Amino acid sequence: MKPPPFRYHRPSTVAEALAVLAKAGHDGKVLAGGQSLVPLLNMRLAAPRELVDINRLAELAYVRTDAEAVRVGALARHAEVERDADAGAAVPLLPQALADLAHPTIRNRGTVVGSLVHADPSGEMPAVLALLGGAMELAGEQGRRTVPAAEFFVGPLESAVRPGELATAAVFPRPPARSGTAWREVARRRGDYALCGVGVLVTLDEDARVAACSAACISVGPTPVLVDLAEAVGGRPHDAADWAAAGAAVTVAVDPEDDIHATAAYRRHLAGVLTARAGRAAAAQAFATGGWADG
Amino acid sequence: MAEELFETRLLVNGVQHTVRVPARRLLADCLRHDLGLTGTHVGCEHGVCGACTVLVDGLPVRSCLLFAVSVDGAEITTTEGCRSAGGGLGPVQRAFMECHGLQCGFCTPGFVTTVTAFLRDHPDPTEAEAREAIGGNLCRCTGYQNIVASVLRAAELARQGERR
Repeated sequence: MKPPPFRYHRPSTVAEALAVLAKAGHDGKVLAGGQSLVPLLNMRLAAPRELVDINRLAELAYVRTDAEAVRVGALARHAEVERDADAGAAVPLLPQALADLAHPTIRNRGTVVGSLVHADPSGEMPAVLALLGGAMELAGEQGRRTVPAAEFFVGPLESAVRPGELATAAVFPRPPARSGTAWREVARRRGDYALCGVGVLVTLDEDARVAACSAACISVGPTPVLVDLAEAVGGRPHDAADWAAAGAAVTVAVDPEDDIHATAAYRRHLAGVLTARAGRAAAAQAFATGGWADG
Repeated sequence: MAEELFETRLLVNGVQHTVRVPARRLLADCLRHDLGLTGTHVGCEHGVCGACTVLVDGLPVRSCLLFAVSVDGAEITTTEGCRSAGGGLGPVQRAFMECHGLQCGFCTPGFVTTVTAFLRDHPDPTEAEAREAIGGNLCRCTGYQNIVASVLRAAELARQGERR
């Protein structure tokens, strides 16, 4: 089908965009890459009255890496973040997960911040932000605020962005020293929505034992499901942790549903298997980047 | 009530066009209906099938998921623009013909644009890379084997073309 009619706004500054969004209130919707929004419009599952196209806000088209974090502006496309060598070196989980985010053609247009605001339970970016303990920067006419990932994802397709607000950036913190990450995902066709996807963050102590470990799972709950795995693998040597136990802990924590693509039982099974695989890979990466291998 | 129209400038296959379209006009429909370039096909209209893929400023994107107004001023390449400089079939189009990379042909325009952009960045792909490159395009006829062969043949033809 074709999108329903809407009033189209094309602001050229953030201030102008915020003024339009404030006036539009509940009727307003932001268009960035449109790779999630336009399908909803085409299928007439959404019909916003006022569409605010932010594609001219060049000031939001950036990926900046500093000592603490990678800051991704609202107009940075997935492909730009994926290709950004500094961002990838600082937060390897970004390119790891982006490789499984839809198809390259979609990543050329879709934005990281748009994915986060869309808050799809099967989206990779929400899980990455949640696992790293990142935050969203939101702007409105009344001012700016920063919302931590833990409070940002409210439910399926529901984020903490209020009417009149614009998400201007996402902040992905660098993982602690001696950390490794990995992303594993199963989809029916590479690039399709994940039947289940799991990201794992492992941090080792000075003796190369697991000091901290957590997993973030997608497509198995209303929002990314974060599971602390310290109990399952904490204190164990990096190469002798019980990843099957970590997987088992995750299968208990997730709450998937049946749908036409997979049963709940299969998704739960995948969550366990993918956690074990990602955990092993993340621990190996943590060890490799921790400096022991060189000595 | 008449919808507001927006003047939109598009450089399509090297030709400058100016159209007046409603904001909700999808780029795919703008190309087909407003510009008469029916090479771009519209399949699923929600970004799954890849038939409508065109190059916007050189990058493959789904034209069914873009509003024409939103890419005002952009340079667009459609399958019509993937011809050789002399006007005949371009290397990708020729490879699809030689390798039987199409049967009904509906999905082919999306493959041609996607593969054209892919080979620009990967002039000598492996078979696995070729398969990965077309992962976002559906074909219900060929079973993909001949499309993968077409990608590899197109790379060969493009390299030969450069050497001449």
